[in-house]
This record gives sequence, structure tokens and C-alpha cells, in this order.
Amino acid sequence: MDALLFWILAAVTVASAVLVIGQRNPMRSVLLLIVMFMALAGLYVTLGSPFAAVVQIIIYAGAIMVLFLFVVMLLNVPTEETPIGRQARLLGGVGPRRFGALLSAALALELFWALGRLGAIAMPAGDTPETTVKAIGLRLFRDYAFAFEATSVLILVAMVGAVVLARKEPQQ
Amino acid sequence: MLPEPTLNSYLMLSAVLFAIGTAGVFLRRNIITILLSVEVMLNAVNLTFIAVDRFRGLVDGQIMVFFVITVAAAEAAVGLAIVIALFRHKETLTPDVFTSLKW
Amino acid sequence: MTPELIAQLIVIGFTFFMLLNSAAVLVYMERKVAAVIQQRYGPYLVGPKGALQPLADIIKLIFKEELRPKSADAFLFYLAPIISATAAFAAFAVVPWGADTDFSTLAHLLFLDKIFGFTGLAHPIRLAAADVNVGLLVIFSITAMGVYGIVLAGWSSNSKYSLLGALRASAQMISYEISYGLSFAAVIMLAGSLSLATIVDQQAGYWFGFIPKWYIFIQPIGFFIFLTAGVAETNRAPFDFPEAEQELVAGYHTEYSSMSFAMFFLAEYVNMVTVSAVATDLFLGGWHGPFPLPDGFGWVWFLAKIFVLLFFYIWMRWTLPRYRYDQLMEFGWKWLLPAAVLNLLVSAYIALRVGW
Repeated sequence: MDALLFWILAAVTVASAVLVIGQRNPMRSVLLLIVMFMALAGLYVTLGSPFAAVVQIIIYAGAIMVLFLFVVMLLNVPTEETPIGRQARLLGGVGPRRFGALLSAALALELFWALGRLGAIAMPAGDTPETTVKAIGLRLFRDYAFAFEATSVLILVAMVGAVVLARKEPQQ
Repeated sequence: MLPEPTLNSYLMLSAVLFAIGTAGVFLRRNIITILLSVEVMLNAVNLTFIAVDRFRGLVDGQIMVFFVITVAAAEAAVGLAIVIALFRHKETLTPDVFTSLKW
Repeated sequence: MTPELIAQLIVIGFTFFMLLNSAAVLVYMERKVAAVIQQRYGPYLVGPKGALQPLADIIKLIFKEELRPKSADAFLFYLAPIISATAAFAAFAVVPWGADTDFSTLAHLLFLDKIFGFTGLAHPIRLAAADVNVGLLVIFSITAMGVYGIVLAGWSSNSKYSLLGALRASAQMISYEISYGLSFAAVIMLAGSLSLATIVDQQAGYWFGFIPKWYIFIQPIGFFIFLTAGVAETNRAPFDFPEAEQELVAGYHTEYSSMSFAMFFLAEYVNMVTVSAVATDLFLGGWHGPFPLPDGFGWVWFLAKIFVLLFFYIWMRWTLPRYRYDQLMEFGWKWLLPAAVLNLLVSAYIALRVGW
């Protein structure tokens, strides 16, 4: 049962990721990315991390993607245009971009090869123990307390930065 | 009968997702789609953390995922603010158009 | 097909069925209560005292013509009400509405032990469609997904006014989500668990023999914040600017007709029921009442408490004037959010001192 769930969710994840980068319309890309997040949340649940799954849906699918959706709807630029100018073609032309995609495929193949050399490592047998929120909380607030506080400062800075950057210039 | 997923299967899935994200960053010419591909890459990393978490029986992976998601939120907010500012300037979302800092 | 599995399936089906019925009952209740507040008769023609009015409404809606603007994106146009309705129902799935029961009393009352030899299950099961350890967070996450129904509705209608209305509605919903979450964070801290059933069980018993141990008595401000944020989340008065926009400018569901429109309103009523149910479980003691009913009948108290909260919802709609949009956002960010944070901090401090 777990195996079937893994393969189905993995297939959905990869299919939606490919479609995210393949769609012309950014609105559809955003919606497909939400599908990918849901599939990943399902994978996290099968791996015994319901808290990470729910946090992923609340923050990623529920807040960040709403932000993306707002920006896509406000800016409303559906199609892509061709590169302009000689300089643009040098770094943004078709050749370099396709070479870049080739490099990422090479990355994936290298990782596959490395994992193949490792030999199969089985997951611990038996039922997946669910990690309790209490265990996560104890670890987070004792050992990672500094990182937690630093992250909150980071979010504050990002909030202020986003407001300042997106503000309209005051009309002189 | 389907093969039972080993740790390698999860890591390979993560590698595939990361490669898809990287290919997306290279191939697409729309800033918002590039940002979405970066999110795909971050999720691939999250999956690695949780898979190894289950393998080793720790909770540190989930805490790292928590931080990665939070940092991704901050990055998305600032990135989209920059996109809006750029759009106001040039009315387009193609990254190739913004060449004023090039040689 | 063990008896437990059959019982669980029956519980799921029953929950779904009762949710659908509750939407119909709410349609009638809203119109009758509105009529009483406005000193007129409500529906009284269809059925005894107008009780079959929702049936007439549904039949009318089914027979209306299904329209779609030609330039609207068809897939997203029909997906939006589906997302709204699905999120509304899914959020209620993890809400327990009765104590753990093994159906022995019910089996005895319905003579199932005489006919089928069924004397109750071996282990008691939770009376919820799905019981998850992180249940409260699941409700929160699915409520967050409900925002997409509205956003996609506004976008796919391909009309500037629908889009602006949808953006305002979703901005309102995500603003009030924070206060919503912080108010129940205080309850989680006091109860020590994220599972709603455990939180309700912590509220059993009495202080001094007659005051029930409900969290509303320890967290009155938290309850107020939760209910206010809940009303704003469900886009009901006095926070229903996105709906009332139809009087001023077009709202996000103007282009919808017939069953799609019905699904949006079904989603709204089911969301109301979910918020009331979660408030009951968190603050009002769930299925514990002044005197204990026989095993398996705690849901009567639950129903009574939800009914009171829903009446309060409807009463608010027809009594209070509507907030303007900027007043609404200011209230959410400048007043409710600091209040929720303060509530959490003060509760934490007192809990530490008292040694909760």
C-alpha cells in the first residue's frame, strides 16, 4: 500500500514539475506548482512527517502561491517575447539556454550514477513512526533557537524590503 | 507487484526534481516562471531532508524543512517585489531586456 | 470488511450527509431569522411555516440556465466553485462531533443486538470522518486553500471588476488567517495537543462543581478573536464587503449562475458550520454538557452549541452595518493581530506561573 502510494505521488510530482516549467501561461504554471506541493505533502505524510506536510501546505501552497497568483494576475503578461539585441542573444539566446538545460540533465544523470554506486539502502522496516509535534518543538526551541530567532529577523527584513521595493515612486 | 521504495528511490526523485527546476531556470524567459523553477528546486531539497529523516529516525530534517520553507517565503516576497518594480519600469517580464548593468 | 471499517464508512457518510443538510437548514434559518429581525414574515408558503423553502430554492437553481462569458477561461471558470466547495467540506472532515463510542447504546436502542447479534464494536471509534494527530493544522491549511476558489473565480470571469473584487476578498481572507491561527495557538498551548478530540476531552469536568471547564472561561478574548477572524474568513457580515460589492461594483461571483453559484453559497454555509464547529470544540467544550447524556449522544450538545453560534452569525449579519474595505483591513492588521499576539503572550506567561 505504501509502495503504491509512493509511486503514484512520485509520478504526479514529476509530471506536474515538468508541466510547471513547460507551460507558456504563468497562471497555469502556478496552479500546477500547487498540485506539485500537494503531492509532495502526501509524500511527507507517507514518510511519517505530518507536521512538515501541513506546514508545507499552509505556507507554500496557502500563502506563497497566493502571492505569486496576485502578481501574475496584476501584471497580466501571458506570453514570452524573443530576446532583443546582440548582448541579450549572447547570454540569453537559444544556444546557451539549451546548453544549460543539457547541463541540468547531466547533473541528474551524475546523481543517478552516484546513487547507483551506493547500492540499495532500504528504509527502516515496519510501520512508519509519526514524529510528534512535541518532539519537533523541543528540538526547535532548544537546539535551533538561534536559527529560529534569526529567521524571524529575516522575515521582518523581507517584509520591510518587499514593501519598500514595490512602492510607487512619490510623484514629484 | 511494485518495488518497495528504498532511500535511493527518494533521493533519485529528489535529483530528478532538482534537475527539472534547474532546467526551468535555464530554459524559461519569464521572470515569474524562473522564480517558480527555483521553488521546485527548493522542494527537491526538502524531500531529501525528510527522506533522510525517516531513514535515520531524527527530527532535524523536519526542522530544516521548516527553515527552508520560511526562507523561501521571504525570498519569494522580495523577488516578486523586485519583479513588480521592474515591470513598472519596462512593462515586460523578459529578463533579457534588463541589460543596463551589462558591459 | 470488519465491523470497524463499516462503522467508519457509515460515520463518514453520515457526516457528509448532515453537512449537506445543514446548508439547506441554514438557508431557511437565515431567511426566517432575518424576517423576525426585520419584523416581517419570512417564507411561509412552501410547506408548513415555509420549511420546504430550501427545496424550492434548490429546484429553482437547478433549472436556471448555466451561463459562461465567452472570453472566460472555461477550465478555471468551472474549477473555482469546485475548489471552494471541496475545501469547505474537506475542512469539516477532521472535526470530531461526538465522544469516542462503540455504538453499544445505539445497537441496543435500534434492536440491532436482537436482529443481527451486534452488541457494539470491540474498540470505540472516533466520531469524525478522518481523525488526524495534527487535526487543527489540517483545518487551517484547508481553509487556506479555500482562498483559491475566490481568486480563480475572479480571474477566470475575465472582467476587471470581478478581478478586483476577488483580489480584495482574498487579501481579506489571508489577513484574518493570522489572527485566526494565533487565537487557537493559545488553546493548543493550554491543551497540549493539536488533535481536536484531545482538546475537547481536556474540557470535561467542572470547577467548583458547577462551572464547566470550557476554554471560553480561561480565554474569553481568544474566543472573541477566533470568532471575529472566523466571520472575516467566511466573508460574512460585517466583513462581507466582497459580497456586498454587488451593490457597488461587481463581485467575484457575478458571472456565475445556476449550480456554480449554488456551489459558492454551499461553500459559504458549510464554512460557517465548520467555523462554528471548531469554535465549539476549542472553546465551548464540544460534546460535554451540563448533564451527561447516555453514551453515544454527546452530539446533541454539540449540535445545540453549533446552533447557538450559527444563530449568532445570522443575527450579526442582519444587525450590524458593513465595514468599508480599508476599515476592514485596518482592523485586521492594527487591532486584531496585536490583540491575538498579546493574548498568546499573556496566556503563556500565566500558564507558566500557574504551572499548567
